[in-house]
Amino acid sequence: MRPKLSLGSTANARSSPPMNKSVPIPLPLDDDGPLYVAQKKIYPQRVKGTFRRIKWGLMAFCLGVYYLLPFVRWNRGLGAPDQAVLVDLPNSRFYFFFIELWPQEVYYFTGLLIVAALTLFLMNSVGGRIWCGYLCPQTVWTDLFYAVERLVEGDRRERMRKDAARGTRKLQRFAEIGLKHFIWLMIAWWTGGAWVLYFNDAPTLVKQLLTFQAPMLAYIWIAILTATTYVLAGFMREQVCVYMCPWPRIQAALTDEWALNVTYKYDRGEKRTSLKKANELRASGQIAGDCIDCFQCVAVCPTGIDIRDGSQLDCIQCGLCIDACDTVMTKIGRETRLIGYDNDVNIQRRQAGKPPIYRIVRPRTIVYSTLIASVGAIMLYALLTRSLLDINVLHDRNPIAVKLSDGSIRNAYTVRLLNKRGFDRVIAIDIDGPVNASVHVVGADSVTPDRPMIVLGRDQTTELRLLVTAPAENNPDKSIPVRFRVTDIGLGEVASATDNFVSP
Amino acid sequence: MAEHNDIDQVTGTSTTGHQWDGIKELNTPLPRWWVITFYITIVWSFGYWIVYPAWPLVTSHTTGIFGYSSRADVAVELANLEKIRGDKMVKLGAAPLAEIEKDPALLALARARGKTVFGDNCAPCHGSGGAGAKGYPNLNDDEWLWGGSLDQILHTIQFGVRSGHAKGHESAMLAFGKEGVLKKDQIVTAANYVRSLSGLATAKEYNAAEGGKIFAENCAACHGDAGKGNQELGAPDLTDKIWLYGSDEATLVETITNGRAGVMPAWVDRFDPSTVKALAVYVHSLGGGK
Repeated sequence: MRPKLSLGSTANARSSPPMNKSVPIPLPLDDDGPLYVAQKKIYPQRVKGTFRRIKWGLMAFCLGVYYLLPFVRWNRGLGAPDQAVLVDLPNSRFYFFFIELWPQEVYYFTGLLIVAALTLFLMNSVGGRIWCGYLCPQTVWTDLFYAVERLVEGDRRERMRKDAARGTRKLQRFAEIGLKHFIWLMIAWWTGGAWVLYFNDAPTLVKQLLTFQAPMLAYIWIAILTATTYVLAGFMREQVCVYMCPWPRIQAALTDEWALNVTYKYDRGEKRTSLKKANELRASGQIAGDCIDCFQCVAVCPTGIDIRDGSQLDCIQCGLCIDACDTVMTKIGRETRLIGYDNDVNIQRRQAGKPPIYRIVRPRTIVYSTLIASVGAIMLYALLTRSLLDINVLHDRNPIAVKLSDGSIRNAYTVRLLNKRGFDRVIAIDIDGPVNASVHVVGADSVTPDRPMIVLGRDQTTELRLLVTAPAENNPDKSIPVRFRVTDIGLGEVASATDNFVSP
Repeated sequence: MAEHNDIDQVTGTSTTGHQWDGIKELNTPLPRWWVITFYITIVWSFGYWIVYPAWPLVTSHTTGIFGYSSRADVAVELANLEKIRGDKMVKLGAAPLAEIEKDPALLALARARGKTVFGDNCAPCHGSGGAGAKGYPNLNDDEWLWGGSLDQILHTIQFGVRSGHAKGHESAMLAFGKEGVLKKDQIVTAANYVRSLSGLATAKEYNAAEGGKIFAENCAACHGDAGKGNQELGAPDLTDKIWLYGSDEATLVETITNGRAGVMPAWVDRFDPSTVKALAVYVHSLGGGK
C-alpha cells in the first residue's frame, strides 16, 4: 500500500474550506511502491556446504586479523614503539610493520584508497559482490551475530515458532533472549576494545583497561564501537546493505554481462514445479524444470530475498543459497549448481544449445589489473625512494634584511630539518648564493664556523635560526637566490631548499 | 476597538481584532509544548538566581550558592598553565644564561616564550620583529648602545635606559645648541665632521680642522677621540653605517642642537626571572647578539 502523503501541516486540519478552491490534482501513480518498507524479520536457516565453509574460513581470518593484529610486535630499535600496526596520534606517527609515516606523508593513503577501490572493481568484474558476500565487516559481524542467535534460540523454524508463540513459557524465552543479547554485547565490546588497541601500545592498554586506568577516551571509543557493532550487526543487519550502503548502487553501474554473479539458472530451473509433479511430467516424456519450489534458497538468505527473481540490489551474493540448493539437488538426485556463479550470457547460450563460456580475462579485468599494478608500483617506488632527510626554509619577514655596522647585509631564516631515520645523525649546512656569504646557526658553536654542523635527533624535526651575512658591495642585486644544502656526514644523504637573499 | 470574538472566515481562526487595510492579524495560538517550555524556563531561571551570581547590589552582587565566578575560572586556567610550563620554566630560570643557547630544547623554549613576551611588551617601540624605528634601536643588527652580550641585554631589559630605576642606564646627549654651548655654525661644522667619520660626503664650505677641534672639545669625552663610541655611557659609534636617528646633516644638526634622550622602561618588576631571561635570549638570538 502506498503510504499517505501528508505534506501540509496539521494546523489547517480544523479549517473549514480550503483557501485554494481549485480541483486537487491527483499525484501520478507509479509502481515503485513506498520508498521504505517496514522491516520484515529474517530468520536465516542453518546451511552446510562449500560456500558456508569458505565464509566460516574468511570470517575466522578477518576477525583473527582484526583482533590479533595489535598484539603483533615489530622491532624498530630503542625508543620507538614495537607495535607492528600503530596509529600514534600524540606523536603524529603511523606505523605499519617496516613503514613509518609522518603526517605530511598521509597522501600515501590516497594511493592505498585508489588500489582498494580498483580491487573492488576487479573483484566485481570477476565474481560480483565478493566484497559484500564474504569480506565486508557488516557481513562478517552480522554472520557472526546470526550464528550466535541460532546457537542460543535455535534454527529458523524454532525461532519462528517461538516468536509466534509470544507470551508463553515466558521465563525461558526471556532468559534465551537475554543470553543472546549478552553474547552480542560481549562481541561488540571486544570489537570496540580491539579498535582502541590500534591507537596505543596494545599489551599496556589491555592492562590499563582491565584495571580501569585507561584514558577516558579509550572507554568512550569502546562504547561508541560497541554501540555501532551491536546496533548494525544485531538489529539493522541487511537494512545497512539495502538502504545505507552506496556500494550496491555503484556496483550495479560497474557490472557487465561477463561478470559471474550468484545466479539462478532459469534455463534449467523453469518451469518450476513440485518434485512429485516433475517426476510425473518426466515419466510422461514431458519437460520439467529442476527447481522444485522448495524455498530453501529463500530460507537461508540473510537478506530474505528470492534469488530466483534474478539479480537484485538486496542480494549480497554470499553464496549460501547455492549451498542450500545443492543440498536439495543432491537429495533429489539432480545435478547440483542450479544456483551458482554464472551470468545471463551463458544462460542464453545454453538455451540456444551452445556450451557456456567464461571470460575472466577480458579488457575490463585487464585494465583493472594493470591499473592496480601501476598504482601499486608507483606507491612502492615513492615509498622506497622517499627522502628520509628533508629541509624547509622560511625567510624572516620582519625584518627582511638587516644592515650591520660594517655595511654588510644579514638575512635570517627559520630552517626546519626533518630526520626520519631511527637514529641521531650529524649534518652539515652549506649555502650557495650570495658572494662571500657566511652562515651561522644561532646557539651552535660549530668546530667548522663556515659550515655549521648540527646533530639531528632521531625521528624528529629540528628547528634552527640561521643567519646569512654577505658584504653589500659584492652583492648589489636586491634579491639573490640562495640554496641551502644539508648533508648527512655519515650517510652522504643530501637535501636542499631554496630561498632568496634580500638587500634592504 | 477590537472585536476579540472575530473569526476569520477563510481559516476559521480567531483574529486579534487588528486590521490594516483590510488585512487581519490571525490570533494563532502558540503550540502547547512551546508554551509549557517557556514557563519551565521561567521557573528554571529562579534556580539560576539562587545558585549563580545574578543580582547587582549597591557595591557588589549576589554570589549564588555555587560560589561561581568567571574570574576564579581565569585564575584556575592560569594556574594550570603554570603547571603545564612547570619544570621547563624552572629549568630555564635555573640555567646560566650562556648555557641556554647551547641547549636546543632550552633555546626553543626561550625563543618561544621570548617571542610572545616581546610581542606583548617590546613590539610597540622595537617593532614585532625587533627591527626598530627612528629612535628605537634595531635589535637584529650588531650595533649596541649598551652592549650586546647576553648579560648586558638582560641588564638593559631589567633596568631600562633613563627609566628612573636605580640600576638603569643613565646618560645624556647634551643639547649643545639649546644650552648655548655651541653656536649654530659650529653645530653645522660638527655635524659635517661626524658625517666624515663614517665616510659620508661633507658640505663644500666645511672646515675639517675646525670640525675636529669642536669634536675633540665637546664630543670626544663620550664618543671617544676617534668617534668609536662608548657602551659604558651608551654613546653610539659614529664611524659605522648604523644611525639611530639618521645620518643626514639636518638630522645631525637637530641631534646636536637639542640632544637625545631615548627612554626604555625597566621591566624587572613586570616579569618573573625566567621570563626576563627568555626575553634576553630571544633578543640575543635575533641575530645581532655578541
